[in-house]
Amino acid sequence: MFRKRPPPEEERKVKANDREHNEKFQYASNCIMTSKYNILTFLPVNLFEQFQEVANTYFLFLLILQLIPQISSLSWFTTIVPLALVLSITAVKDATDDYFRHKSDNQVNNRQSQVLIRGSLQNEKWMNVKVGDIIKLENNQFVAADLLLLSSTEPHGLCYIETAELDGETNMKVRQSVSVTAELGDPNNLALFDGEVVCEPPNNKLDRFCGTLYWRDKKYPLTNQNMLLRGCVLRNTEACYGLVIFAGPDTKLMQNSGRTKFKRTSIDRLMNTLVLWIFGFLVCMGLILAVGNAVWEREVGSLFQSYLPWDPPVDNFMFSAFLSFWSYVIILNTVVPISLYVSVEVIRLGHSYFINWDRQMFCSRCNTAAEARTTTLNEELGQVEYIFSDKTGTLTQNIMSFNKCSINGHTFGEVMNTLGKQPKRLDFTPFNPLADPDFCFYDEKLLESVKVGDLHTHEFFRLLSLCHTVMSEEKSEGELVYKAQSPDEGALVTAARNFGFVFRSRTPGTITTTEMGRTVTYSLLAILDFNNIRKRMSVIVRNPEGRIRLYCKGADTVLLERLHPCNQELMTITSDHLNEYAADGLRTLALAYRDLSEHEWEAWSESQRCADKATDCREDRLAAAYDKIEQDMILLGATAIEDKLQEGVPETIALLSLANVKIWVLTGDKQETAVNIGYSCKMLTDEMTEVFIISGHTVQSVRQDLRRARERMIELSRAKDGGKDGGMEGWAEASFTRNGLKNRQEGDGTTGGGSKQPHCSSFPSSPSSDMDNISGEFALIISGHSLAHALEADMEAEFVSTACACKAVICCRVTPLQKAQVVELIKKHKKAVTLAIGDGANDVSMIKSAHIGVGISGQEGIQAVLASDYSFAQFRFLQRLLLVHGRWSYLRMCRFLCYFFYKNFAFTMVHFWFGFFCGFSAQTVYDQYFITLYNIVYTSLPVLAMGVFDQDVPDHRSLEYPKLYEPGQLNLLFNKKEFFICIAQGIYTSVVLFFVPYVVLSNATQINGVPLADYQTFAVTTATALVIVVSVQIALDTGFWTVFNHMFVWGSVGSYFTIMFALHSQTLFRIFPNQFRFVGSAHNTLLQPVVWLTIALATAICVVPVLAFRFLKLDLKPQLSDTVRYTQLVRQKRRKPAGRTIGGAWRGTGSVSEGRLGARGGSRRSGYAFSHQEGFGELITSGKNMRLSSLALANFASKHSSNLIETLRRKKNTHTPPSTSGECSPAPGNMSGMGPALSNSSSVLGGSQDTPIEEETDTGIRLSSSSHPAALEPAEPGASAQVANPDSSASAAARTDSPGGWARSLETVQEALFGRRGFASASCSQSPPCNARETPTLSKAHA
Amino acid sequence: MFHSFGKHFLYTGLEGGSCHSQYGGWSNVWFLLSQCGVCPAPNGQSRKGGQVKATATYRILAMVKQEQKESSDRPDNTAFTQQRLPAWQPILSAGIVIPGFVLIGLAFIGVGVGLFITSQNIQVLELDYTGADTANPCYECGRQSTKNCVCTMEFSLSTLFKGPVFFYYGLTNYFQNQRRYGVSKDDTQLFGDLDAIKTPTSDCAPFDYDGNNRSIVPCGALANSIFNDTFKLYVKTNNSGKKEVPLDGKGIAWWTDYNVKHRNPDVTPLKDAFKDTVKPINWPKPVYELDTTDEYNNGFINQDFLVWMRRAALPDFRKLYRRITADEYHDGLPAGNYSLEITYNYPVLTFNGRKKVVLSNVSWMGGKNDFLGIAYLVVGSLCIVMSIVMLIVYAKFKFPEED
Repeated sequence: MFRKRPPPEEERKVKANDREHNEKFQYASNCIMTSKYNILTFLPVNLFEQFQEVANTYFLFLLILQLIPQISSLSWFTTIVPLALVLSITAVKDATDDYFRHKSDNQVNNRQSQVLIRGSLQNEKWMNVKVGDIIKLENNQFVAADLLLLSSTEPHGLCYIETAELDGETNMKVRQSVSVTAELGDPNNLALFDGEVVCEPPNNKLDRFCGTLYWRDKKYPLTNQNMLLRGCVLRNTEACYGLVIFAGPDTKLMQNSGRTKFKRTSIDRLMNTLVLWIFGFLVCMGLILAVGNAVWEREVGSLFQSYLPWDPPVDNFMFSAFLSFWSYVIILNTVVPISLYVSVEVIRLGHSYFINWDRQMFCSRCNTAAEARTTTLNEELGQVEYIFSDKTGTLTQNIMSFNKCSINGHTFGEVMNTLGKQPKRLDFTPFNPLADPDFCFYDEKLLESVKVGDLHTHEFFRLLSLCHTVMSEEKSEGELVYKAQSPDEGALVTAARNFGFVFRSRTPGTITTTEMGRTVTYSLLAILDFNNIRKRMSVIVRNPEGRIRLYCKGADTVLLERLHPCNQELMTITSDHLNEYAADGLRTLALAYRDLSEHEWEAWSESQRCADKATDCREDRLAAAYDKIEQDMILLGATAIEDKLQEGVPETIALLSLANVKIWVLTGDKQETAVNIGYSCKMLTDEMTEVFIISGHTVQSVRQDLRRARERMIELSRAKDGGKDGGMEGWAEASFTRNGLKNRQEGDGTTGGGSKQPHCSSFPSSPSSDMDNISGEFALIISGHSLAHALEADMEAEFVSTACACKAVICCRVTPLQKAQVVELIKKHKKAVTLAIGDGANDVSMIKSAHIGVGISGQEGIQAVLASDYSFAQFRFLQRLLLVHGRWSYLRMCRFLCYFFYKNFAFTMVHFWFGFFCGFSAQTVYDQYFITLYNIVYTSLPVLAMGVFDQDVPDHRSLEYPKLYEPGQLNLLFNKKEFFICIAQGIYTSVVLFFVPYVVLSNATQINGVPLADYQTFAVTTATALVIVVSVQIALDTGFWTVFNHMFVWGSVGSYFTIMFALHSQTLFRIFPNQFRFVGSAHNTLLQPVVWLTIALATAICVVPVLAFRFLKLDLKPQLSDTVRYTQLVRQKRRKPAGRTIGGAWRGTGSVSEGRLGARGGSRRSGYAFSHQEGFGELITSGKNMRLSSLALANFASKHSSNLIETLRRKKNTHTPPSTSGECSPAPGNMSGMGPALSNSSSVLGGSQDTPIEEETDTGIRLSSSSHPAALEPAEPGASAQVANPDSSASAAARTDSPGGWARSLETVQEALFGRRGFASASCSQSPPCNARETPTLSKAHA
Repeated sequence: MFHSFGKHFLYTGLEGGSCHSQYGGWSNVWFLLSQCGVCPAPNGQSRKGGQVKATATYRILAMVKQEQKESSDRPDNTAFTQQRLPAWQPILSAGIVIPGFVLIGLAFIGVGVGLFITSQNIQVLELDYTGADTANPCYECGRQSTKNCVCTMEFSLSTLFKGPVFFYYGLTNYFQNQRRYGVSKDDTQLFGDLDAIKTPTSDCAPFDYDGNNRSIVPCGALANSIFNDTFKLYVKTNNSGKKEVPLDGKGIAWWTDYNVKHRNPDVTPLKDAFKDTVKPINWPKPVYELDTTDEYNNGFINQDFLVWMRRAALPDFRKLYRRITADEYHDGLPAGNYSLEITYNYPVLTFNGRKKVVLSNVSWMGGKNDFLGIAYLVVGSLCIVMSIVMLIVYAKFKFPEED
């Protein structure tokens, strides 16, 4: 903590392998210390920290006051005991935390790493690694410090790292060493390396590094690309060497682990305000009593001096009043007892543990329990009004599953869910030993189609197995692991793998696959990589027969434009399928191929080389080159990938919106995707009157859109049934179609206006003219660039008012910073409690700025979890966190606070009344021990038990009746009004507690005639009455009597009597006669019936009105929770209150949505969600990332090298002419007019499409049933294109080393399979034609 | 490793302390294993075999860990952790509250009636002898500060004053409950501690030492201001003579005060214990001469002293002076004329105080106390009224359940 830090560095100079030189600079060592204390410094530092808390200082101040004898109205221990207790509890907690920090520090510091010292590798602990050392890292090891990568076992000095610890991104990243050092290679050379690095001083920017390497009189610039940061893990790299640049606390990781902002709850803030008020109140009372003291001393005290002279220093009544003021401050300080703060913390801690312990928030799949990482925010969970959610990984699983596909006009993947039978998952293992066991697919037809050798299907999966940038790792035979940059791609390649087209490995120039059990090696000629503008990627491969083919996959919008005109009919059908898929919220992708002649390829490859080498506008030139070749393609089909929603997301969202929580989705995704997800998770629902989309690029357009949306809302809310005639076209329609996505901006590639809705007539439009009522039925979708304008100072109010009138808001294409800004905006304008939930590094800013941050754990990245206050594994746990835990926490905390203030006012104010009868002399009413123990023993546990265990309704009820959540949002249970009620009740109780004994005891005597009006009897009577009254009150307040409540309530009363009798016992008095002056009081007092009658009277007077009031309130103005509780208890559950409207609604919508989504034609068409960056293709083709030496490949290559070599050899020998049939190559540009028309909307589905469909089926029949070469007739362009597909794919497939071999092997496989499965002979009969068809195709190709 | 790192972060990130991650133990092991499992063999030879073996081991271990992990990570399924503790959930239903109110009301009324009747049967006689007005026989004594001024108050009883009769003196506007007054004593001294007799606590200032630095025993304002009027009660006999009514001063203080709290020093004769000390300024004689006739009523355990030292809670108070327990007055003071002879020493007029003598008898509930009975009656009646109101409300606005 107090480590001396050298003055800030200007720049860092590090010389490799030269510890003496580097020591001059005194750089931090690699030893990290996150602990705050050591044994010696613990006490002073910890105390110092604790006394920075205002409350603690206040009590210290009181303690000092009490040491002044003239002021001291209480013994010092009345303050010091609670204070010491609090300080020691906190100290123990801090010490425990610090112990674990020490432990984790030690563990980290003692990790081993291999350091190059004097030319040899030695094992060193991490803490002993110095700046300037060269260390060796092995695969899967953590990087020990921030290193400059010098060399690696991979070619070109590449290495791969996973940075999940740092930024939460789970994909691998590539780092490359400077080329000169990459050559150094082995330790001996590295030991001689004496380069010097000059770089920036330590900072926390993870993505930036700037420095220079000076070596052998040359300068080499260094960037972040050369750095391995601490916290990363080395992956897929056997070993690498790095030079330590930053160590220990200077590393970027440690520089980033800054302290998080301390969050406070609104109750905290309210409590602080109230405590301030109470202090004010305390001062007021002190002043009143001080004035009273002045008057009394002047009028009475001065005359009474013969018996009680003024103290020598107090020679006048004014000074006496001054002292009296402070004395009263001391005795009245218990209105805000120190135990309040401790109790609040304890309760919150208890609630946190309940969250941690909740099995219903435990995800068994990822074995992660929910965790309350901040214990101080629990009750705020019961007040959330706005939820800001990330999409990917939060609402969705970020698991892409290959869900449906359309091949050659046939759609696969629709599973007939008849009779509610769970469709059977396909088992691929008998068919394909290499299949991924985790892959799920349900449609048998597709597998059959593969088995019967449907050429389209084969080509379809061949494309998927070839056209990608996935890398494979084969740890052992058959155990393939794909490393994909985007999960979409991984899903596609895995699908191909399971359907018999297994991608095995790649080299820079080849791709090896296993096709239907046969190993085939393609030579990879080019990768036409993806980028955001192209929205597609292609590969050009040469198959073993030597035919060159381009495979392309991409967004349907771009791909369909580039098809050969002969594809039209297929395109129409496929486009319909795409619409269907998109409507189901699936991510779609169109697949196509093109055969290239050798000549074409060479010409193009030349032009591509030119473009590649061009220095200016390389990107544009390359794109143009790519564009040139990706033309006239032949459509194969389309894939649909499901971006899987997390379990229970729609239900959770529906439930939360019933609880009046507004959910905003902030996502980096595209608008279409976001909207689709919005629908599938029920944020956007049928009930929506209108969905506004704001995607303007300029300030004006955004403002205009917002204004229009608002006007529209007002208009709609005012409008009666007949009032919707006017307005812009589309509006009228919109008001009838509940969910029409209107106001669509151009450039989205979608149509304006919703299509007709069949059920429009049933909708009672505009149910109310009230804005509030109607406001729930709007939704707003805003894109990132519009949001940038909307967040500007002059527009933000406008934006907030519009957005908050909407039930659901989706912000798409937003940056992490914008996410935080949106949250801040709502915090600023709405005074509402916000909750942000996310899983990735891009959500961190949002999570930190929201009142409550929730991280989805169990994923690989933990950045969001680290920044969060709560973490759990699944989004659906949010409902339980808020509606159950949050609600309970809020309820308990509110009840706790109400009662706590009540009991302390009841306790303390008695002194105030007594002041008027004891000459304002700050005489306490009670024994000082009672004052000391009242808050920490006699009354603490019952209220704690209530604060921890209380439940008004059981958990499942609060999920059933989400309206129960509303009191928290409206802050009804504890606010200033409630506070004053509690205070008033407390004061009332204190009046009763003082004056009833006063009146009764002043004349009463014991049975033996001894008066009862002595001070000690009075004190005991009042104290006993107080304890009993507050115990009865807590008993009334407790709604859930667990065994603990019983134990604590009865125990507290019991302990009061026990302790009192002990303190008033003779034994203690004999030991300390000066301290235990109340000897015998308890005995003498409590044996008197009058005393008990007094206590009973006081209790009745205190409690009866409360009881009556509560009963009447329950009857006259019952809360929903009362009703639920009542019904629960009375077991009459017939009637369901308003909150429960939709029990079946979300259950039912599952099926409803299918139909609706299907009908929601215009809004679908989600594009290809290529989420990865471009450039990976280049890496592959350049071969930089190929680890020929690496284990996996070696393993594989040894087995398949023969094939590979053979293939290569053969390729040289039998240089086959280009296989593409010229007559079928569509003329370039023919189709260009087609694309927009298709991409437009489902309106294409007009009557004109009838014929192609017929033709298509016709073709399909022909294809499947006949081997007739007549199908190749070029007369009918559409048909010929269709037919060309199987032909060319068949030919491609047939080009193996021995033409007969492939056919034979295929046959064998099929026979084996079909035979075992007992397939119908009809299917079997299809295989011979399949084989037979090859002959004409081949001959044609050769012709 | 991974997890420990996470934890590491956790501690750095969490500032408010808060609970630490509890789920880490096995995951650490798990991750470590998974790390080691796939680490290449260090020697680099026979890599393939080593790899396979390592993987196999890793798998087996992983399975074992998986099971243990499963059992340790999933929160316990206990009623406590799952907040499903069996609980009694009371609700203020009409079926409980209204009958409850009626019952409480009836009980209070019953008790109230009893208390009120009992209280009515208690006889109390108060005589103010401050001498504030001229009519009072003690007027003269109140004005002059002569010691042992004697005045006599006459009173007559028309009926028998039922016994046992208690004789109290009362003071008004007298602040025994003043904080400084209350603390001005030394309990150790009164406990008979010789050191405390020599050196009383500073709480007693200014009544701790006299001008010659001799300790005052008993020290403090409370002891110094002991009530020192004395009373004699005479019953007038028929032949205009008077006969003294014997007053019993035994056992008028708390048993604990007499037996535990106050103790004379273990020195005989008692006087020796108080060598080099002085009596309190207001006292006529030192503490060891309070009752020279009775050893057990002398010194710190003198009953009158004990009674005075038990300070009153309120500025108007009475203290027990004597009891009338003699055989002939066993049934009480018979009707007749009485005269009370007061040795007037204690000045109260300077601070507008009043002095009085109270004769009273007691019942099972102590002295006369009308308030308690009335209060019980009022509260009881209010409960009944409230229950009727609640019944009406309940009938009119039934719990929304039924609508």
